[in-house]
Amino acid sequence: MDSFKSHRGLIALLDRANVDTDQIIPKQFLKSIARTGFGGSLFYDWRFLPDGKPNPQFELNTPRFKGASILVTRNNFGCGSSREHAVWAIQQFGFKAVIAVSFADIFRNNSGKNGLLTVELEEPEVEEIFQMVQRYKGLEATVNLDEQRVTLHLPEEISFHFEMDASVKEHLIRGLDAIGLTLKEENQIAAFESRHDPQWFAR
Amino acid sequence: MGKTLFEKIWDRHVVTTLPGGMALLYIDRHLVHEVTSPQAFEGLRLTKRKVRRPELTIATMDHNVPTEDRLNIKDPISRAQIEALEKNCREFGITLYDLKSDNQGIVHIIGPELGLTLPGTTVVCGDSHTSTHGAFGTLAFGIGTSEVEHVLATQTLTQKKPLVFKVEFTGQLQPFVTAKDMILKLIGAIGTAGGTGYVFEYGGKAVQNLSMEARMTICNMSIEAGARAGMIAPDDITYEYIASKERPFVPKGEDFEKSVAFWRTLPSDPDAHFSRSLSIDASQIGPQVTWGTNPGMVVDVTDRIPQPDQVPGCSRKDVEQALAYMGLTPGTPITQIKIDTVFIGSCTNARIEDLRSAARILKDRKVAAGVRVLVVPGSEQVRAQAEAERLHEIFKAAGCEWRYSGCSMCLGMNPDQLKPQERCASTSNRNFEGRQGKGGRTHLVSPEMAAAAAVEGHFVDIRAWGKK
Repeated sequence: MDSFKSHRGLIALLDRANVDTDQIIPKQFLKSIARTGFGGSLFYDWRFLPDGKPNPQFELNTPRFKGASILVTRNNFGCGSSREHAVWAIQQFGFKAVIAVSFADIFRNNSGKNGLLTVELEEPEVEEIFQMVQRYKGLEATVNLDEQRVTLHLPEEISFHFEMDASVKEHLIRGLDAIGLTLKEENQIAAFESRHDPQWFAR
Repeated sequence: MGKTLFEKIWDRHVVTTLPGGMALLYIDRHLVHEVTSPQAFEGLRLTKRKVRRPELTIATMDHNVPTEDRLNIKDPISRAQIEALEKNCREFGITLYDLKSDNQGIVHIIGPELGLTLPGTTVVCGDSHTSTHGAFGTLAFGIGTSEVEHVLATQTLTQKKPLVFKVEFTGQLQPFVTAKDMILKLIGAIGTAGGTGYVFEYGGKAVQNLSMEARMTICNMSIEAGARAGMIAPDDITYEYIASKERPFVPKGEDFEKSVAFWRTLPSDPDAHFSRSLSIDASQIGPQVTWGTNPGMVVDVTDRIPQPDQVPGCSRKDVEQALAYMGLTPGTPITQIKIDTVFIGSCTNARIEDLRSAARILKDRKVAAGVRVLVVPGSEQVRAQAEAERLHEIFKAAGCEWRYSGCSMCLGMNPDQLKPQERCASTSNRNFEGRQGKGGRTHLVSPEMAAAAAVEGHFVDIRAWGKK
């Protein structure tokens, strides 16, 4: 997994609540058996018109957000289906971090496993970012995981602290292989299996 | 202090507590389908890892499966994904119920059917509706593909312990009001993120009175309120269901008796602590119909489409966007909404009882002119049972299409899709934009409500209509 320490980049806004993973990556793109190639399909039904041309009404298609790497959105981002393709699509489109009021549980887990940083801020803080981005074209932010801090690079910088589970943070910063770490617990797993109730399973 | 049902199962499955406080949780059953597993198997191949306990993993194909000519998958990409699952199961030694198997079906329908889902166990699957299995007093939740790979390689998951949210349904349901209406009512009350970070434990008289099939409908949609898992304490109804027919993975004879004795210890202790609780009077629940683009946007069938500034928990902009997508005007009575398509199917409502309920409504009646009705059984076992009871003849006589099993129009990964702006009364679980087909408009309802809408061509209050 890619590690995440700190990232500075352009902010893009997605002013919608309850963005579900069906919107992030629609079903027709889930048929792939590969782990790559999803970036072009991100928000497909919102990004593209029926004739395949970009939808000028959709926020992320506006020129000012071209090249953005930090996505800021509202509450309950990533709800619905467990499809990890949603995380892959966001990363492969170019985003390194998503900032929201809240995330759905499975989406947040999936993000952590792939090195996509999910930052939860309070609603007024997210609202402040929205207002600042609307006011200052090209506004960049730094998301520093080590310090658990989001900084808006305004003439007078504004910073927000965010909470982060300690073990998730360590995994992200060190880019750890979760399966490799668990396999080190092999003795514990084997011992557990030897005492775990076998009669539950007919064989 | 006593323990909750959830805590009893959680505690029995913690292998060890890891530095940082996460638990390493043992997984008893891993269900696999074709969409979220290929990259996990590829990960194992790249790292030269094996499946630790292949006998605890069971696979089937459901999402891509055509429901008409099922062995002839015309879409080459869908076919490649199904073939990849066949190859992966062969290579890693995993039992697969494929399209030629009598046991194939939607993964959350075949788990309970085969006895893979048992009280007190942990079940995971790369699918958010894994919460379905919680109806048995099972800790069951959906995971992503990285976690699928983790379970395949280690039979464990690294998990943060969730909190428990007790949802009590008191009183008695009105006639024709169902488990689907109960869960939609809950989601409407707490919103689609109201259960985030929690496991639901459903209880109360109205839940205890439900069949296993209805309990599965409730637990299935826990994720639509944000909770990864929803659970119901096992009781005699649970044990009767498990023992009611030949289920290959259920313990036999003395082992079964021992299991039941253990299962009886699982219900939450009287002094157990719940982090949150909510009580809903089931007798006050009417038939529910969603009007928007998430399952929390729901009202009683006797209500009207809400005004944009009158939806608690939703911004005006979100409501306006949803209504624009749905092509609906505030103030319109729900019963005046005309439909083009009816979908009776999905892991939420495609078990035999759901088909019986729909058939009772459709018997000796005709589908309204111009309305297309798809009836898609949840599994091949359900299909065979329905045909043995001649339900398929009722559906066909009414003008419905009778199909083979699969996820079908719940998410339209196969050819069963809505066309743009087509309006559907659906027994499925998600009314997200484009879910059933790009531009399609979904209203979530119970099987009874869907069947009655098929007959009338618009929504009706099934409580009055059903007495006819």
